[in-house]
Amino acid sequence: MSKKEKPSKNTNLERRDLIKGLATVPVAGVFLANLWRKMKRDAEKKANLLSNLVQEKSAPNVVKSLSNSRHLNIGIIGYGGRGGHLVRGAGFATKGWTDTAYKNSQKNKLDKQFATFMSQEDLNCSLVGVCDLFDNRAELGLNASLNDVRPGGKPKTGATRYRHYTDLLANDAIDAVIIATPDHWHSRISVAAAKAGKHVYCEKGMTRTFDEAVEMYDAVKENGITFQLGHQNRQVEANEKAKQIYQQGLLGPVNLVEIATNRNSSWGAWVWDIHPDGNKNTIDWDTFQEPSPNKVPFGEEALKRFFRWRCWFDYGTGLSGDLMSHDFDAVNQIMDLGIPKYASSSGGIYFYKDGRDVPDVWHATLEYPDKDLTLLYSASLSSSNPRGNRIMGHDATMQMGGQSGGGSIHGFIVTADELSTQYKDRLENGIINPSYPIYTYSPGSKQVDGVTSATSRYFAQKGLLYTYREGKRVDPTHLHVKDWLDSIRDGSQPRCNMDVAFHEAVACAMATESYLKGRRIEWDPKKRRLV
Amino acid sequence: MASLHSSIKDNELQFYGLVVLRVLIGWHFLYEGISKLINPYWSSAAYLLDSKWIFSGLAKAIVANPTLLSISDYVNMWGLTLVGVSLLLGLLSRYGSLVGMTFVCLYYLFAPPLLGLEYGRPGEGSYLIVNKNLIEACALWVLYCFPTSHIIGLDRFLPGIEKN
Repeated sequence: MSKKEKPSKNTNLERRDLIKGLATVPVAGVFLANLWRKMKRDAEKKANLLSNLVQEKSAPNVVKSLSNSRHLNIGIIGYGGRGGHLVRGAGFATKGWTDTAYKNSQKNKLDKQFATFMSQEDLNCSLVGVCDLFDNRAELGLNASLNDVRPGGKPKTGATRYRHYTDLLANDAIDAVIIATPDHWHSRISVAAAKAGKHVYCEKGMTRTFDEAVEMYDAVKENGITFQLGHQNRQVEANEKAKQIYQQGLLGPVNLVEIATNRNSSWGAWVWDIHPDGNKNTIDWDTFQEPSPNKVPFGEEALKRFFRWRCWFDYGTGLSGDLMSHDFDAVNQIMDLGIPKYASSSGGIYFYKDGRDVPDVWHATLEYPDKDLTLLYSASLSSSNPRGNRIMGHDATMQMGGQSGGGSIHGFIVTADELSTQYKDRLENGIINPSYPIYTYSPGSKQVDGVTSATSRYFAQKGLLYTYREGKRVDPTHLHVKDWLDSIRDGSQPRCNMDVAFHEAVACAMATESYLKGRRIEWDPKKRRLV
Repeated sequence: MASLHSSIKDNELQFYGLVVLRVLIGWHFLYEGISKLINPYWSSAAYLLDSKWIFSGLAKAIVANPTLLSISDYVNMWGLTLVGVSLLLGLLSRYGSLVGMTFVCLYYLFAPPLLGLEYGRPGEGSYLIVNKNLIEACALWVLYCFPTSHIIGLDRFLPGIEKN
């Protein structure tokens, strides 16, 4: 061959040079032709799936920008773990928290907690009042109000400590209060705040009982305050996207929705630490248990109840108010379910035999005969098998996340049913493969992808795609507090206002009452009562 | 080595075998590159986040820094595409082989299928220490050692390219 390759002026050889030099160009042509065909096919497939089925909309506008219009003074009642997070959402973290978060970010470059906090929008508010029945936590609240490591720089003013919530509400300078006490105090404080003209952000579950929910609803409506219930899932983009898909009929008729809680840790089962500084001098135990049906003298049992209050019906409703409430509200956000007609529930204390009276395995069935739908909730505190939530339609199923919890940030996938009527032709033509999602949504990505693979399905389930590429992570809790403050300023309704909050409160109260009474509970909307 | 070199030149079967190998690897690189270029949402983040072994720290540092991540994405998309063009058309193919080998070696080193390393990404095959990246890197090494583009390829028209 080497002889043939010697440069020559002979015409035949020049032609041969040309042919050999360009010999692989046709391969490039074949490549391009096939690339073109593949791109066209993918585009057609995508158009077929998405243009017919999903009306593209831009991502929901989650952030209004009203923070600079009016300075607001806020108070926090109940500065526990969740209270601390909510106050951080408003822009105030303790020195201990910012120091630790900063150190963690230095140790692990992927730990963005500090950066996320510091890049929060300054909500133009001051934390001026802190009320907690445990001295240690009240001190932390005061510390947070003064820490100048925060978005927006040095706080305008520090907070005053109030021993009792009525004293805090009596301060005319306070415009709005965040209530993050145990559930048995929610209603009483919210009603008093509404009557005092203070706007209210209240943690979920909204109330401990049905009667409290009604009382709270009336107080908020009668006094015209801005009320937000603490379901930050209302700010999660995935839920808004899921709502669009559901409303566009992509799933077909939906007769069954399954939501689940899967936890397997003592923390997840509310066996929280008893603070070493907790004693009769630092805790106002009598005030704490004032609204609860059963009174316990201060002692070891009281300490357990104070720090692990979710384990007793005296102070909360266990799985119902803590965890079903989140997933119920997410489904209510997507499907506008409202209050169920019937609720029944059952369960027991099967794993944590530690003196609690709330069940650790518990299931509730909520019936919506007017919507031809059943909502099933199932919870275990002794298995973390990630069951996720499923909206099951005749034509397709939406699988959301692999784990339930506060404001699921996971993505979701929609998979066609192999016996679907709506997609029959497309299934037969191979345009839709029931083994792969027809729609995936991954948080952090604006991608709407009809051409999916096993890999994209995997990452949608894990929900970790592209978050860092977008450059900024936002905490839904911050958005939820911001939504509330912005609504106070412009007089609009926040996303989890009393109308939808009431759905959650009644649905959870019905399920709880069914467990306690051992029978099915019916909602009578005309008389606004449970039967 | 010298006798092997001359025997390759004199053996058409071996020679065209190498050309086919070059074109196929070029095709693979080109499509890997273009498929990333035409997907506006592609990012190397997912691959890097799942990195194990000696480069996992570097991988996480890249993902944590938006600028580095953009550079990584850009280098991957365009690097793979250009190496693909180079090998497919026989244009500066020796350099293409070398750059391509570097790419696949890095892919191997960022996520090698070593004993005890488990990955979150779903795999498309079964590998123990040796995987397709390692094999492709070796194939590119062979192409670097036995260049063909000066005979079959655009390098034939370039002055100064080794014509042996």
